[in-house]
Amino acid sequence: MKEKLMCSIKVAAAACVIGLTGLTANGAESRTIKIGAIFSQTGPASFLGAPEAKTVQMLADQLNAKGGILGRKVEVIIKDSGGSPEKAVSFAKQLIDEERVLAIIGPSTSGETMQIKPLCEENKMILVSCAAAETIVNPLAKYVFKTPQKDSQAVTWIYNTMKDMGISKIAVLSGNDGFGMAGKKQLEDLASAHSIQIVVNEVYDKGATDLTDILTKVKGTPGVQAVVNWSIVPAQSIIAKNMKQIGLNIPLFQSHGFGNLKYVEQAGVAAEGILFPAGRLLVVDELPDNHPQKQVLAAYKRDYETRFKENVSTFGGHAYDAFMVVIEGVKKARSTDRDKVRDAIEQLKGFVGTAGVFNYSPTDHTGLGLDAFEMLTVKNGKFAIYKK
Amino acid sequence: MVQALQYFFSGITVGSVYAIVAIGFNIIYSATGVLNFAQGEFVMLGGMVAITLASFLPVPVAVAVAVAIVTLFGCGLELVFFRRLRSHSILHMIIITIGLSIVIQELALHVWDEKVRSLPYFTGNEASSVKLLGAALSPQVIWVLGTAAIVVALLQLFYKRTLYGRAMRACSSNPEAAMLVGINTGNMRTAAFGLSAGLGALAGCVISPISMTHYEMGPGLAIKGFAAAVLGGLGNPMAAVVGGLMVGLIEAFSVSVIPSAFKDVAAFAILLAMLFLRPHGLFGRPSGVSVREV
Repeated sequence: MKEKLMCSIKVAAAACVIGLTGLTANGAESRTIKIGAIFSQTGPASFLGAPEAKTVQMLADQLNAKGGILGRKVEVIIKDSGGSPEKAVSFAKQLIDEERVLAIIGPSTSGETMQIKPLCEENKMILVSCAAAETIVNPLAKYVFKTPQKDSQAVTWIYNTMKDMGISKIAVLSGNDGFGMAGKKQLEDLASAHSIQIVVNEVYDKGATDLTDILTKVKGTPGVQAVVNWSIVPAQSIIAKNMKQIGLNIPLFQSHGFGNLKYVEQAGVAAEGILFPAGRLLVVDELPDNHPQKQVLAAYKRDYETRFKENVSTFGGHAYDAFMVVIEGVKKARSTDRDKVRDAIEQLKGFVGTAGVFNYSPTDHTGLGLDAFEMLTVKNGKFAIYKK
Repeated sequence: MVQALQYFFSGITVGSVYAIVAIGFNIIYSATGVLNFAQGEFVMLGGMVAITLASFLPVPVAVAVAVAIVTLFGCGLELVFFRRLRSHSILHMIIITIGLSIVIQELALHVWDEKVRSLPYFTGNEASSVKLLGAALSPQVIWVLGTAAIVVALLQLFYKRTLYGRAMRACSSNPEAAMLVGINTGNMRTAAFGLSAGLGALAGCVISPISMTHYEMGPGLAIKGFAAAVLGGLGNPMAAVVGGLMVGLIEAFSVSVIPSAFKDVAAFAILLAMLFLRPHGLFGRPSGVSVREV
């Protein structure tokens, strides 16, 4: 809550500054560059939103300590949506109409992003989402970008790994939120192309605390060789525990939503051997020094972990990428004119972020290739690169 | 067969937690006439306090102290809010409990944080599994079932055999008469809140390793617990046990025939059907003998 208080103090201070300078300057342009952010700092998706909010605050502080950009300071206005799409919509309206920010970063979840996508498009507001679902950028909206890897790429990685392991019959479990639903669709759509057969396909509540009933169904279905779970909620840890407890000993694949060490801690020894595709932030120590992302990842990890005394997660990384993409856009456009910044972001090439190397184009607002992923596993309570 | 048994255990595990929450509803309802929708918050607080204490105390001690603290907290709530608002209508007081539920959640968010946490498993660890009649389950499930059974048995003894328990029952069946024979009904209400909070806290501790503790877990449990209490018949703690286990079992077995996304629908559809056919619940008496008029 301290951050919130600080934010409002900063807003108040900024308002005073604007008021004073308004007399001398032309007053049409405020001194600071305002960037809005909507994150679910609380609620079931707080595993995403909390590190995201911390990351953005940290980056803004770092940037301002270096003198800001174009000679102006950056002010981040962070709103806590609690994971609720309704709140995200009203905060987005507030940021567009009242705060008149340059761009909005977030929201954390796909469901929220899909709710404010048309709103931002209508108001010509740049939105750089930290959520993963493919539908955010497909169909393409002119002003909407995203930084996490695509669902379809994650599914492709999982199915390719299954092929190597000789797995063809699987159970698909997904949470009933935007991310779960989008992932379920990709898993279903891509299955036949990879000759994978989905024999159990279940959806659970995003607040579920016990999944032994669904897993009992999986156990009772003959021929299931692996379980794929697609969600971002704590159920990811619960599934791992429940599987071991009811004696269901087959490989468990998770989505790229598993990229927070907290989930591993919650599942304890039951997390060992979980397989999931993720960016390289989680395994930065294993990367060779000449890897293009090594420097960026190591610096972010060090800064975040010293300041907040907790492990980095890929989600904070998505916020890092989103914030930096906007800043890069401003730098490239040499202006804070929203349309110029948007055009600059769309032309961004070879930007090294935490999720991978971004190459945006007028037809691709994700900007990441299949190589942005790595198959990871859990080994001795830590993330490690999966080796066949 | 083994499959059915596996569903059965899954059902009674969640069911026994619903049952304890439903008992909590009933204890307060029969003593004060108030439906306490902050009941789920007692479960959350129990888990949270125990987890905090467990960082420097052995788990059994942490659980005991947490239950004691939350019991006092429950008594405190009654003393601060409900005793003073006695002259208000029951409906007002129910709305107050909803407000309290929100306030307690926000406080928990500030005192702890938004992260999910849990107590260590009482025996074994996350991956241990025991075989019972061919079904595999976590040893913690046995802890949950055992605790629920002991709570129910002790509560039954308390109500039937002890003077204090009888006094509490007297307060619910006829407050005026109870007052006339010298029972301090005010203190009985405080005790009912404390007892209900303590039971909730205990449930919060034993399920914490399985379902994890989170500042927002309360309302969901309160709704299911309330459904269980209504299903069994409001005002009867033992009927709540049957109600809770039924809700849990219906949820679990419904997964075997319909998609799991609809398991809440199954539970609430049966609740609705029950309200149409037997509005007083499975074991409640018709014509609302136990239902107090506002």
